[in-house]
Amino acid sequence: MHFAVTDFLLDIVQNSCEAGASLIQINIEETETSIAIKVTDNGKGMDETELNKALDPFYTDGVKHPSRKVGLGLPFLKQATEQSNGRFEIRSEKGKGTEVFFQFFKNEIDTPPVGDIPGALISVLCMPGDHEMLISREKREAGIRYELSRQELSGILGSFERMDSLILLRDFVRSQEEQD
Amino acid sequence: MAKMTLEELRALRDSKRQDLARRDVEGKEIQIIVGMGTCGIAAGAKLTFDAIVEAVQRHGLEDKVVIRQTGCMGLCYVEPTVEVVMPGMPTVIYGKMTQDIADKFVRKHLVEHSLLDNHIFDRPAADIIKK
Repeated sequence: MHFAVTDFLLDIVQNSCEAGASLIQINIEETETSIAIKVTDNGKGMDETELNKALDPFYTDGVKHPSRKVGLGLPFLKQATEQSNGRFEIRSEKGKGTEVFFQFFKNEIDTPPVGDIPGALISVLCMPGDHEMLISREKREAGIRYELSRQELSGILGSFERMDSLILLRDFVRSQEEQD
Repeated sequence: MAKMTLEELRALRDSKRQDLARRDVEGKEIQIIVGMGTCGIAAGAKLTFDAIVEAVQRHGLEDKVVIRQTGCMGLCYVEPTVEVVMPGMPTVIYGKMTQDIADKFVRKHLVEHSLLDNHIFDRPAADIIKK
């Protein structure tokens, strides 16, 4: 269903936003052989039972779409990592937050394509809410390394929903993919 | 394009905002909402989103438009879906909005104020609408 690694990233960050997090941290470390992503939030978290249910595709809390019987975000990611010999870890504490880590190895035939990283970062920055989002992105061999703070950027640009702000945000984030 | 610093971003914003301050945009806001659920993304909604941003920029409407991403609108069979709310036009949900339609959509709906044939899919599915 998801095409690229960045599609999984969008889904996981969306979860953090919906968990009422005030701080979401996204770390993306890419090398020539792998891409590892960690998303940490201080949202409502899950206890062990809820966490197990969240990994079941036929479970949903029914809050977002009351009549649906599936919840596919985490299960899809888990499946994709398993079938491509990647790594998937999730830790959560009720009331404290959740941490999702996943890694794909580029030499595995079933690893999805990486996708458009800066494009995905623009999307996650635009997700509605008052939360702070701290992003760090590194692709060592390509000389790419940068950090983004949502509050710092919205302090300069105002609401990203305004098209003029969004265009500046897009140009800014895309320019960060240039070498130092 | 060299790596932009926050100072450069700030300076760029200031110069743009001065341009905008001269134009009257009060009450003329156009809202574009792109469905970016799993179904939308699988059908290329990200590309559509980027293409719409570029088309709006090309037509010089960036000071009048607000663009948002939302989840699935319940029209998974005609993704990517785009909802438009603007003064003087009915609120429409367009479907099958692949990236190559973006420019035509902006020109027809936003500039010429006419509807885009063969892409109108009315409103979200019943189970998505809040009762």
